[in-house]
Amino acid sequence: MNAQPGAPEALALEEASAAVGLEEQPLPARVAPDGGRRVRVASGQGFWGDWQEAPKLQVRRGAIDYLMLDYLAEITMSIMQKQRDRDPAAGYARDFVSLMDDLIGDLLEKEVRVVSNAGGVNPEGCRAELGFAFADQSLPRRPRVAVITGDDLMDSLDDLLAAGHELRHMETGEPLSTVRDRVAAANAYLGAEPIIEALRQEADIVVAGRSTDTALTYAPLMHEFSWPADDWDRLAHGVVAGHINECGCQASGGNSLVDWREIDLTLPGYPIIEAEEDGTFVVTKHPELGGRVTWATVAEQIVYELGDPREYITPDVVADFSTIRLRDLGKDRVRVEGVAGRSRTDKLKVSIAYHDGFKAVGALTYAWPDAVDKARRADEILRGRLRHLGLEFDEIRTELVGAGACHGPLAGPPSDDLPEVTLRVGVRSPDRHAVSRFSREVAPLILAGPPTVTGFAGGRPRVQEVVAYWPALIDRGVVEANVKVETMEL
Amino acid sequence: MRLREIAFARSGDKGDTANVGLIAFRPSIYPFLVKEVTAERVKYHFKGICEGEVERFELPNLRALNFLLHRSLGGGGTVSLMLDAQGKTFATALLRMEIDVPDHLLDGTAD
Repeated sequence: MNAQPGAPEALALEEASAAVGLEEQPLPARVAPDGGRRVRVASGQGFWGDWQEAPKLQVRRGAIDYLMLDYLAEITMSIMQKQRDRDPAAGYARDFVSLMDDLIGDLLEKEVRVVSNAGGVNPEGCRAELGFAFADQSLPRRPRVAVITGDDLMDSLDDLLAAGHELRHMETGEPLSTVRDRVAAANAYLGAEPIIEALRQEADIVVAGRSTDTALTYAPLMHEFSWPADDWDRLAHGVVAGHINECGCQASGGNSLVDWREIDLTLPGYPIIEAEEDGTFVVTKHPELGGRVTWATVAEQIVYELGDPREYITPDVVADFSTIRLRDLGKDRVRVEGVAGRSRTDKLKVSIAYHDGFKAVGALTYAWPDAVDKARRADEILRGRLRHLGLEFDEIRTELVGAGACHGPLAGPPSDDLPEVTLRVGVRSPDRHAVSRFSREVAPLILAGPPTVTGFAGGRPRVQEVVAYWPALIDRGVVEANVKVETMEL
Repeated sequence: MRLREIAFARSGDKGDTANVGLIAFRPSIYPFLVKEVTAERVKYHFKGICEGEVERFELPNLRALNFLLHRSLGGGGTVSLMLDAQGKTFATALLRMEIDVPDHLLDGTAD
């Protein structure tokens, strides 16, 4: 296996261990050769807008037990809240409904259960829409759908503040009262308990709101293996499994630096966790699909968005990522073991979104010769016109795409012979009018600016409302999750 | 020689902080990374980009170092005006670092 192009031969990536041979074939059934049970949790979505074919391939191209679908990034809840403000029936991942509409027959036939946080700020609305979707289908039996609520703290926010829960920003330490009147959404990250309860009540599809991403993977394992809620080491294995699953293809060859040219990502298999009763697991993928699972692809995903590796905090356990042991078994199978955990904390994380002004980003492309100089001159002219208008901004940021926008000064000075460069200027202000006025100042540069400019087909830059993120902690005891499991009428 | 010839990396964001996980291609390289790629050196490398502190954590089990680059993403998340507001390309920015690697680490005799 070669390292990156240009790397010395001696520095080909060395697998941690290539002890191929023990338990190393993909299993056709849920029973391991040693008679132990395996539970397979497949990753189907890493974010809202991820590849819609991935979950279908996970269900249809091989055997799995659970399909986990993660839709929620830090800021997604506020987008969904905005949608619900406009339409009370909205506020969840709509593509989840069309996906389930497509897959429900296969799911029931193959006994694959779905665990998702597609409910966003309106899990009930999501379930109602699933009901309409399933009503037209002839299914072998009526599906059972679980809705998990209780994460939404919007209605109780003032009571919580009045009771002394300050919800201080985890990084700045400021109390939430400083932005209270601008809060758009507030949700506690729920842990495994409500998901386990839903599965105990035989739900085929679990629709949660702000459930912790990793819990979508480890809650099914806790349920299947009846792990005690204080078995910290096994839970910590589950958290690592969840961290590997939660970004979809990023653990199975997507966005992988090592050998990226050689990985076929046209129809990639997303990762699948094959877990054992003792917590240890193998990361794999369906053999007939593309992508790749190696020591490197799994290690890359483990360090993704990692803070202090010894303190990976979830609602159910604190996992120590510095104890993870990886073993590459070959054939797209990587074994994970040795993970240590510590007792959960008495807090839950709360994700709060609040309105924080407006922004807009405009772009124009300048062609050879002297592309960089032309873009810089255009930027000077634009800034001069904004000054002439007396507009004030919190920030004006200029980047030259193609000439160091990503790596800045690390990229070194740009060549004076570049074929083209895109000038990208962004502004941010509490004053919507100022941002809107800026968005009218970009197009005039086409005729009243430096020569050989193009790329304005998209029209005026869109004025965007900035919804900022406010992470906080709250006492576990004040958040109460609710689970409702219903058999859908057909 | 650049760091990319002896290690690979992945980066992401948490608010206004970028994280870069740096992984040695071989176990024998890891102690060298621990010694050479210090938090101070990474802070200096990202001069003009990282405006806060750089923290470093060790993961010898993965022959990896995890760096947190505070105040690097123009406010982070939806507030940021940066093209790379989520620090996705910080991984290869770190791998640009010029570094003197002893021969015995390159020719395999150290293993």
